[in-house]
Amino acid sequence: MMDNSAIKTESLGRIYKIRDAKKNEAKERTALHDVNLEIKRGEFFGLLGPNGAGKTTLIKILVTLLAPTSGHAFVAGYDVAKEPQTVRPKINMVSGGESSGYGLLTVRENLWMFGQFYGLDNKTTFKRIDTLLEVVGLKDRAHTKTSDLSTGLRQKMNVVRGFITDPEVIFLDEPTLGLDVSASRDVRNFVRDWVSEQPHRTMLLTTHYMVEADELCDRVAIINAGKVLACDSPANLKKRLQRDVIFHLDTTPLRYGALSMVKNLPGVRQATHNAVDGKSEIDLILDADDVLGSALGTLTTHGAHVINLQKREPTLEDVFVELVGMSITEAEKATG
Amino acid sequence: MITIAKTDKGWRLFLRTIVARAYPRIIGQQREKSWIFFETFLPFIATCGYVFVYRAMNAPEDYIGFVIVGGAMTAFWMNVMWSMSAQMYWEKENGNLALYIMAPNPMMAILLGMAIGGMFATTLRAIVIIVLGTWLFQVNFAIASFVQLFAVFVLTMTALYGLGMLFASLFLLFGRAAWQVVNLFQEPVYFLSGFYFPVKSFGFAVALIASVLPLTLGMDAMRQLSFASGPTLGFISVEIEIVGLMILSIIFIALAKYWLGVIEKKAIEEGTLTDRRR
Repeated sequence: MMDNSAIKTESLGRIYKIRDAKKNEAKERTALHDVNLEIKRGEFFGLLGPNGAGKTTLIKILVTLLAPTSGHAFVAGYDVAKEPQTVRPKINMVSGGESSGYGLLTVRENLWMFGQFYGLDNKTTFKRIDTLLEVVGLKDRAHTKTSDLSTGLRQKMNVVRGFITDPEVIFLDEPTLGLDVSASRDVRNFVRDWVSEQPHRTMLLTTHYMVEADELCDRVAIINAGKVLACDSPANLKKRLQRDVIFHLDTTPLRYGALSMVKNLPGVRQATHNAVDGKSEIDLILDADDVLGSALGTLTTHGAHVINLQKREPTLEDVFVELVGMSITEAEKATG
Repeated sequence: MITIAKTDKGWRLFLRTIVARAYPRIIGQQREKSWIFFETFLPFIATCGYVFVYRAMNAPEDYIGFVIVGGAMTAFWMNVMWSMSAQMYWEKENGNLALYIMAPNPMMAILLGMAIGGMFATTLRAIVIIVLGTWLFQVNFAIASFVQLFAVFVLTMTALYGLGMLFASLFLLFGRAAWQVVNLFQEPVYFLSGFYFPVKSFGFAVALIASVLPLTLGMDAMRQLSFASGPTLGFISVEIEIVGLMILSIIFIALAKYWLGVIEKKAIEEGTLTDRRR
């Protein structure tokens, strides 16, 4: 398959067999269903969805760690199921919260070790390690034992591990998971620069942080319950909601049933709720401005007092709500 | 920022992987001084216990030497079980296993690197046990052939770590159960391989069955070659034991390679390679 695709999936599916411990019988759970994606070489592509949506399953298939149960997947032009040995030298992966490597080795030693598994000579490996450690601000920790690193610094080391092999296609699975704001920003800046340096480099990022995807990706696919619901550039996805009116409200805690009442009002397209620090955060997608009055009236009737009200531009989170019918947090709760 | 580099493939990649995977064991483990102490001290304590039992029984003095050799070899068996067989469980837990498999290196090279690294680190501990035990209990060695002794040791290690590689590949399928299986094997192997007594005491049939463990043949041959009364207490001749060890080495390494391929494929199909719940 010689074309301009870095990643291509055709009707890709994956079903897990899970044994029910109580009934001692096998059950099936569909993790991916009929996924068709095409990612061009040089593209920074985002896969957005809540936990359990199928993002990691898709990545595992693409990096040859998991076999699909139906369909085909191609990476760098090769079938991942039939030619994994050809695909592997061309790819790498970084996962959020991973604790790979050995705690007794230093940062430099761990990175050298992983470089060797890709056949890099020592001179090239150490040169790349030094360069990349400097870029992510970890150079002064090069000789620190990995077990002595904080979570954020360890994740920066993992990011470097993924990039020292200079892969054609890199998979980042929630790379900023659990990182503080500063470390997350450093990682985001690094990956953005890395892709922009060489036109052949392709990156697939999975995240459930919508802002991260919006900021970094050329295109994103929104995935939920194993299905791709939409795939376009962040700007085009948000254009879908441009005729809608979106309000963000902070209120006193909502009573049970209040949100359902608001959702059922004429002109209210979506309403989501998130309880934060003793208050309720509500996002409303409305057909027009004048629907707001009835929504506020309903909330007030149910004892919620508005603390803050803000009209805002659509975000990818709103696109997700529009497509799935609930916020990403609610979707995660729903899937358990 | 990054320059395009040529990467090794084939046997060069295989060798690089062995060296890289052996490195954490050869260099890294030496940084944890408490491990060195416990991995040397604990087997030595058990060895001392048997020495005192034999002394109390007025057993032939060469038995003390047998026990010291057994004590040193215990370190290798513990290394094979805990740092080879059960290692895959840890590699899976900390995410290394997924990285090993998705890298272009052959998994056999990873296992070989683990084996060579473990062998090197454990040899240092075994030497300490031998030297300390010999000095403390005045053991008299009567080496019949240094060449044969070296050959037996190398073959025993090859077969033993081949068995470890076989277990490691089989344990890819196990989750936490790997721990129970390792525990299950530990004491019966101490007993059957004759760590602290000549395996000839079992009688021919049982000793022959126990010879499926490389340590049984290896220790018996080493004792025959190292002590004056060794040949009279030996199970079968050293030459036959050498041939037996060669056969075991080939079988275990070939089986390890075969099972590694089969189990890796099965694990990729079932999704058990990276799922920590399974």
